[in-house]
Amino acid sequence: MNHTEMTAVAIADAVASGKLSAVEVAKAHFERVRALEPKIKAFVTLLEEDAMKRAAAVDAKRARGEKLGRLAGVPVALKDNILLEGVETTCSSKILKGYRAAYDATVVERMKAEDAVFIGKTNLDEFAMGSSTENSAFFKTANPWDTDRVPGGSSGGSAAAVAARMAPLALGSDTGGSIRQPASFCGVVGLKPTYGLVSRFGLIAFASSLDQIGPFARTTEDAALLLSVIGGHDARDTTSSLKTPGEALAGLKGQIKGLRIGLPKEYFIKGTDAEVEGAVLAAVETLKKLGAVVKDVSLPHSSYAVGSYYIVAPSEASSNLARFDGIRYGLSSPESKSLEEVYEATRGAGFGPEVKRRIMLGTYALSSGYYDAYYGKAQRVRTLIARDFDDVFREVDVLATPTAPTAAFKFGEKVDDPLAMYLSDVFTIPSNMAGNASISIPCGLTRLGLPIGLQLIGPAFSEGTLLRAAGALENASPFPKLNG
Amino acid sequence: MAIDENEVRKIAKLARLKLSPEEVRLYQGQLGKILDSMVELGRLDTSKVMPTTSVLGLSNVMREDEPKPFADPEKILANAPEREGHYFKVRKVIE
Repeated sequence: MNHTEMTAVAIADAVASGKLSAVEVAKAHFERVRALEPKIKAFVTLLEEDAMKRAAAVDAKRARGEKLGRLAGVPVALKDNILLEGVETTCSSKILKGYRAAYDATVVERMKAEDAVFIGKTNLDEFAMGSSTENSAFFKTANPWDTDRVPGGSSGGSAAAVAARMAPLALGSDTGGSIRQPASFCGVVGLKPTYGLVSRFGLIAFASSLDQIGPFARTTEDAALLLSVIGGHDARDTTSSLKTPGEALAGLKGQIKGLRIGLPKEYFIKGTDAEVEGAVLAAVETLKKLGAVVKDVSLPHSSYAVGSYYIVAPSEASSNLARFDGIRYGLSSPESKSLEEVYEATRGAGFGPEVKRRIMLGTYALSSGYYDAYYGKAQRVRTLIARDFDDVFREVDVLATPTAPTAAFKFGEKVDDPLAMYLSDVFTIPSNMAGNASISIPCGLTRLGLPIGLQLIGPAFSEGTLLRAAGALENASPFPKLNG
Repeated sequence: MAIDENEVRKIAKLARLKLSPEEVRLYQGQLGKILDSMVELGRLDTSKVMPTTSVLGLSNVMREDEPKPFADPEKILANAPEREGHYFKVRKVIE
């Protein structure tokens, strides 16, 4: 079997037991990268030399008789907003070009401790702002299922790398759907963990009350493995929860019989592609056959989620992105005479159109005279959205919805209309606003052969339940596999 | 919600963004449209609703404030566009 067809669990087992060398695994994946990357362009930086060294070190560790970690020799791709010491981290922005991370993100540190092999940093919408990866300042990433189409975003490079089998695992970040929507478009598993379950130390911040790091994988078991490695308390992230990944993953094993699934009527509305809705309902029917109890429910404030999100997220971004001022790292305007001019010229030249748009929007929403009407209002609406979930999770265990209203769209289709692009996250945003757990898994293909995503949403720290339901669907009918 | 070009320039100044005249025109139209789409929020009665400040419901966790040395400060300073010794160099701020 080609090593690029293997799951992360299988690779780690084979490498740890000496049946397979980490070097062979890494080589196979770089061969695949060489063959596909010219068309897909998932990576901003490839780390072949580093990866071969790390793989050789894993093999040497085993040769010395030491016990290997849970990700022994597993190739992993990292979204380029997560710090890997010594390696350039750009957020796909001109303003950070050349910036070399001075330390590892906590998630990276934990993967290193489990003997993972980092193969590269993946493309994203600049500073994770976007839904198609077209906002990267460097280049566009193509959807491996149809290279005329976007991979989704903002973690489009990570989703494409896993879908194209250039890596079995990748990390992304999800602020309003940036893991789940590209997972849906690329036909892979994408998990947004509960807010606080995974440390954001070393993740370049976009909107701090919403950002979460999470895994991409081709199987639910692989997603669970990576979450179990990266999750858990970290004193360096002040919002880190004391819950362990083991607690969140309780409920991973077991029956579907009796699982209560809610279909929120606000997520089955006009504007959603009929094929998408059909595939989602068929998946729910499968769970019903396995003994799940399906119920219609309502989350009455859903329609306010996008509006309030596009106040909260840009407001936080305008504050977080103030640090990019041309003084400590990245681009700096050399001709400017005063400090003020350095800031303005560096930021004017370094940020792309979507980032500027959101900084402006956030600055406006936080400015004197508008704060209560916008930011204050949005934070109150957010409470109503979270309350909807609290109420509905007294009746059901899990919600089933489409991940996105459509399958992958074509390049350029929405790029000139920010509002149309924003609506691509209409079903994923509420989970970030409430801070709960959610996952996207493949649930079929459209007539054009494009993957469709099913989203499952559960209460905070219900990752085990979500993965159990997702795994049952995976067992019932294997996820569509990309040919070639 | 119409925003005029002066307002766009004012926001850009607050955000420390140098914009071209074309950008000012572009954002004037786009920001107005985006803000229009949020009008429905205003119709929702939230007078008795508390704002969400944290979704976790965590309370403060106290610890000693102890400095820890950073292993290799040179890795941080190496990223500086301009530096002098162990310092980031900036333009003169006091006349």
